[in-house]
Amino acid sequence: MLSIQNLHASVNGKEILKGVTLEVKTGELHAIMGLNGSGKSTLANIIAGKNTYEITKGDIFYKGESILGKAPEARSNEGIFLSFQYPVVIPGVNNTSFLQAAYNAKQRYLGNDEIDAIDFLDLIKEKIKLVKMDDKYLRRGVNEGFSGGEKKRNEILQMVTLEPEMAILDETDSGLDIDALRIVTDGVNAFRNPSRSFLVITHYQRILDYLNPDVIHVMIDGKIVKTGGPELAHVLEEKGYAWLENPSESM
Amino acid sequence: MSDDRKFNDNMTEQDYKYGFVTDIEADTLPPGLNEDVIRFISLKKKEPEFILNYRLKAFKNWKKMTEPNWPHLSYSKTDFQAISYYSAPKTKELLESLDEVDPKLLETYKKLGIPLEEQKMLAGVAVDAVFDSVSVATTFKEELSKVGIIFCPISEAIRDYPELIKKYMGSVVPSTDNFYAALNAAVFTDGSFVYIPKGVRSPMELSTYFRINASNTGQFERTLIIADEGSYVSYLEGCTAPMRDENQLHAAVVELVALKDAQIKYSTVQNWYPGDKNGKGGIYNFVTKRAIAQGENSKISWTQVETGSAVTWKYPSVILKGDHSVGEFYSVALTSNYQQADTGTKMIHIGKNTKSTIISKGISARHAHNTYRGEVKVMKDAEDARNFSQCDSILIGDECGAHTFPYIDVRNPSAQVEHEATISNISEDQLFYCNQRGINTEEAIAMIVNGFCKEVFKELPMEFAVEAQKLMAVSLEGSVG
Repeated sequence: MLSIQNLHASVNGKEILKGVTLEVKTGELHAIMGLNGSGKSTLANIIAGKNTYEITKGDIFYKGESILGKAPEARSNEGIFLSFQYPVVIPGVNNTSFLQAAYNAKQRYLGNDEIDAIDFLDLIKEKIKLVKMDDKYLRRGVNEGFSGGEKKRNEILQMVTLEPEMAILDETDSGLDIDALRIVTDGVNAFRNPSRSFLVITHYQRILDYLNPDVIHVMIDGKIVKTGGPELAHVLEEKGYAWLENPSESM
Repeated sequence: MSDDRKFNDNMTEQDYKYGFVTDIEADTLPPGLNEDVIRFISLKKKEPEFILNYRLKAFKNWKKMTEPNWPHLSYSKTDFQAISYYSAPKTKELLESLDEVDPKLLETYKKLGIPLEEQKMLAGVAVDAVFDSVSVATTFKEELSKVGIIFCPISEAIRDYPELIKKYMGSVVPSTDNFYAALNAAVFTDGSFVYIPKGVRSPMELSTYFRINASNTGQFERTLIIADEGSYVSYLEGCTAPMRDENQLHAAVVELVALKDAQIKYSTVQNWYPGDKNGKGGIYNFVTKRAIAQGENSKISWTQVETGSAVTWKYPSVILKGDHSVGEFYSVALTSNYQQADTGTKMIHIGKNTKSTIISKGISARHAHNTYRGEVKVMKDAEDARNFSQCDSILIGDECGAHTFPYIDVRNPSAQVEHEATISNISEDQLFYCNQRGINTEEAIAMIVNGFCKEVFKELPMEFAVEAQKLMAVSLEGSVG
């Protein structure tokens, strides 16, 4: 599904990603763990197509095709979704209309018929049950006056509505209390199926207890320093990242 | 022989020479402005003497005035002697079919969602008998006259309702008010007149739209709306579709009078030719709009969406004279390319417990400059007056500008005046967020701008609001990259 090969990227001449290689197969859920500043969010943004970074080396393949030359909206419409670490507020733009515009942009891209406002409302009222959100959030501006937890739920609502095949969740767990975390992960789990892949970026093992990842990567200073099964998260939780600071020792 | 006589002789000769059939065609005056021109206009329109005197007095004053140079605008000044001040309402040459219309114009109509028959009407194509706008207008007129509402061209009102005209015309915007208002008073050609009798609520929104075909109101339009005690009217001016127009200078005057317990809601969508991408051409719009909330508990609301014209100079104002009267101003001004707008409002609090609200949203893209200029004045006797002003500007790109000039003049210590202003850019983060959800940048900008304008759009009548949103999108096309 997603294959990242020796990816180097910098911002303002400072190298942030220093050769990331990663392969997510169809139906798999991978986690990337790492400290602040290790380059996890940069990687997520680059996959989604944010243009503030300079790719100096390497490539990203999605469904076998390089996507580096593609606009972010094309990547989205082809099935890549990023749940933002800090969802953006768009004042005055109705949350439902926004989601409908996104939904229809994708339909247009795929050559399907667009959906009208009335049918879309029926659709969204089904989807919103998955994240146990109150209908009132549909009528507000996009993320306008939402708490941190509500913003994250709204991201997951967008995900289940747009039905991507490759979903990247960037610190979706941060700022969530245990109940909200449960709701969000339930939403993600309900959405999982053999044709969808996930890349979950997090500091903590907590969210992974709910998501049962297939593979865990540890990222330090712009590189993946260790890859392993779900047990890796627990080892990290016990020993901290320090035991991996010197990769040669740990391997 | 005086110039006056010579002029008239000339005209007579022409009339005679070309006979009745071509009379209408010959009805265009050569460029230039003097007393004779004004007499000619008045004569042509068969006006009573008091109107002629009103015009002449205005002209005298105008000659002593100079064009204002305080707005934040730069444009080449108009040569007022190079304009023709009278052109009879001749029918535009009709085109055979839409195939002959500029395809770019048609594309815009399509984007705005204008029905085919209306497209024809706007583009000046002969309209099918099925859609006869004149008969539509007539039906509406009948319904209005049943409840005693007068809605007619102002030239007609001058002949048929001279008492109302004498009492109210120029009572809100005196002919001495400013350079453009004085010019308008001297040479105005036509416009709308509305009178709502006591206690009547207009059964429909009145719209100049119904008169598009009926009259070519020209560049010096004059409108007067009077809402008698306890009445209500909502009036729509303009339309979202760009209209063909050969006049560069527009200097209109609009006067509103609300008596005790009366309410006037005046909505404008203005989309005149803004000039091309390089700032060539485009209409100069210098309009004086003022309302008086004369009676107790009266209310005036101005709502405007301005996306057109190369240069806009416009400050719809409210004089809050009656106690407990209310004035509102909701405005969206969008400027792109080399457009310039200096617009805002004045709220003059005279009565006690008067209240005013100002919500202004300015959008600048490319090289455009957008200025908000507003004045809130609280007079000595205006006990407990309240005002809230909010002026927000949004910039698209880094070559445009937004400017805010709020003037506050409070002479009564019990007044509460609040002013908030913000200037922001559409952020990269907002655009990337939209892009990541599959929405392209152009669509995203239109969406963000529409969200920004929401507080104003919700004041517009429903169908107008929908059109206004589409208009934003069309006007912002090509504003990125």
